[in-house]
Amino acid sequence: MKSLVTILLLFTLVFNVSASEEVELQEANIDLSDTDSLQRGAQHFVTYCLGCHSAKHMRYLRFALDVGVDPKKVLNDIAPEGASIYDQIHSAMNKHDAEKWFGVQPPDLSLIARSRGADWLYSYLKSYYVDPSRPFGVNNLVFQDTAMPNPLWKLQGEQHAEARKTIYGEYTKLELDAPGSLSEHEFDLFVNDLVNFLVYVGEPVQLERERLGKYVLLFLIIFLVIAYLLKKEYWKDVD
Amino acid sequence: MKPSRLAECGNWVLNRFPVTKFWNDHMAQYYAPKNFNIWYFFGSLALLVLVNQILTGILLTMNYKPDAKLAFDSVEYIMRDVPWGWLVRYMHSTGASAFFIVIYLHMFRALLYGSFKHPRELIWIFGMLLFVALMAEAFMGYLLPWGQMSFWGAQVIISLFSAIPVIGDDLSLWIRGDYVIADATLNRFFAFHVIAVPLVLVMLVFMHLVALHEVGSNNPDGIEIKESKDPWGHPVDGIPFHPYYTVKDLVGVGVFLLFFATVIFYMPEMGGYFLEHANFIPADPMKTPEHIAPVWYFTPFYSILRAIPDKFAGVIGMGGSIVVLFLMPWLDRCKVKSIRYRGGIFKKALFLFVISFLALGYLGTQPVTPVATTLARLFTTIYFGFFLLMPIYTRWEKTKPVPRRLTKVKSFEDQLHEIEEQIPALIDEITEVKPVSTEIGHPAFKGAFFNRRPNPQGIVHVLSRVVTKLKRSLD
Repeated sequence: MKSLVTILLLFTLVFNVSASEEVELQEANIDLSDTDSLQRGAQHFVTYCLGCHSAKHMRYLRFALDVGVDPKKVLNDIAPEGASIYDQIHSAMNKHDAEKWFGVQPPDLSLIARSRGADWLYSYLKSYYVDPSRPFGVNNLVFQDTAMPNPLWKLQGEQHAEARKTIYGEYTKLELDAPGSLSEHEFDLFVNDLVNFLVYVGEPVQLERERLGKYVLLFLIIFLVIAYLLKKEYWKDVD
Repeated sequence: MKPSRLAECGNWVLNRFPVTKFWNDHMAQYYAPKNFNIWYFFGSLALLVLVNQILTGILLTMNYKPDAKLAFDSVEYIMRDVPWGWLVRYMHSTGASAFFIVIYLHMFRALLYGSFKHPRELIWIFGMLLFVALMAEAFMGYLLPWGQMSFWGAQVIISLFSAIPVIGDDLSLWIRGDYVIADATLNRFFAFHVIAVPLVLVMLVFMHLVALHEVGSNNPDGIEIKESKDPWGHPVDGIPFHPYYTVKDLVGVGVFLLFFATVIFYMPEMGGYFLEHANFIPADPMKTPEHIAPVWYFTPFYSILRAIPDKFAGVIGMGGSIVVLFLMPWLDRCKVKSIRYRGGIFKKALFLFVISFLALGYLGTQPVTPVATTLARLFTTIYFGFFLLMPIYTRWEKTKPVPRRLTKVKSFEDQLHEIEEQIPALIDEITEVKPVSTEIGHPAFKGAFFNRRPNPQGIVHVLSRVVTKLKRSLD
């Protein structure tokens, strides 16, 4: 018995060791029922991301239906000029140019929130800092040596990385040098809207499935009660 | 009286096709022991999940494209543009994990009650073949979404074949149909996943059930109910499967579906265990993910593979960890079937085995570190020790006397009722009455309950009682 306890203790130890290492992520505030935020996020996406990134699994019409906006309004306010409401969100940049300019083709962002997670995206977009050694003059704390320049630098301003020491160890902190056109709080909200939109794009059906789930579970509970009573009735005389 | 037209038609068929006989042999007059407990739900649940996988699978193939260029996008097309496609896909992906949960519990039941022993060796062998076929089915199905994990998981597992001396490289090339996982691999895996292996599965399920119904079901007491029969030749301790167990299994189905639906509607990714995060990135042969982990149901075996330093020996070890399960009926030398009457050594060994299986499963999801490797080796040793030392430690097991007839078990309601009755006494024991205080508290906090405080001595007593009870149950 004693050896068992030792093994279990060792086990928890491994768990702790393997849990550290990565940069601590900031928490995004995801609320898919906030349709205003989703619309703002969609606008930001088209303005700042669509130049290079597509979201090719997402259709404008799907967005209009899910968010509950008039499709015409989506075409006017969000979609780039010339897009049809049935179109998927494609980028205008072609593969050849993209590879010439950035070395790699910027990934499609339809599923980025499902592979990376909302908090990662939120932290990533906020963690650019000036680093003259990189081709675009910026680096990222969350994703070291990222190939992507900072598309939001005009809004956020420029940050630099500063190493700090505490009793817990060393860590890097980003300090704002030149403020951008948005205040820190406004910028946080801006990025949050964008991430909110990306989370929605990752799985447009999420809200619908959570809504439906309630009824399915309710039905199953009723089914279970009936099945249980039926079983009890049949088994009454089995001893 | 002249029979009606309809009845005549019915009889015409029945005279030529023995539906009634089949129904009676396998349902209405198949006598099952009447003391099945919760562990006996998982057989029928496995059948339910199999049907779910086949039906949702058929619907998925209608829109899925087995083509390296189109596969990933076609899955997203199903998720977004196909009406209800998301539900069908989640039912299929969650069903895969549910299948393994149900099967692992079903197999564990066999270990608990000795269902693999004489005369049920063949049922166990068919079951193990089913398990292997299921793993092949799951492995090949996992390539189809053509995500990063699909691709690299398959790459790692198939490259294992190249560890086989002499023929290894050619063999893995032959399996893939290309030098890396590619379109050719995807197409053949699709063929196997959609038709070849399912046919094998269905056939094996049939054989598994035929063999079971030939010798009859085992039960938690591990005795043969056919040994005591009533004057009509029916086992005294048996009841017809239909309607008794069909209605009972319906309750099991209800509980299972509650869990199943909760996952489908509220956590289809299950925190990255049922649908891995990296699999939302399309397969890229040029970019290896930093951490390749198989889906959770393979991780115990994957851990064994990684724990053994030499690649070929690792492959042998992983294969051996499955093969050794086939040998269970002959490794276990104890005549007593049910854990209820078996000796303490088997109970302890089984306990250690469960711990090591779970631990290996967890370690298989984690990156390799020196400590993790050491632990994986330790648990691998326990895993194999459980099986390979079994002929020794089960031979001299001190078993308890086995009853001739099924023992009465308390029903679930009675057990609940009993616990309910014990609660006041338990509260009396672990708490004591507060000394009278003059403080004026809120009236809501003045009931009998709030006049008491925890009694350390009582808690120690109760805990020691629980521990002795646990210890005794392991003897």
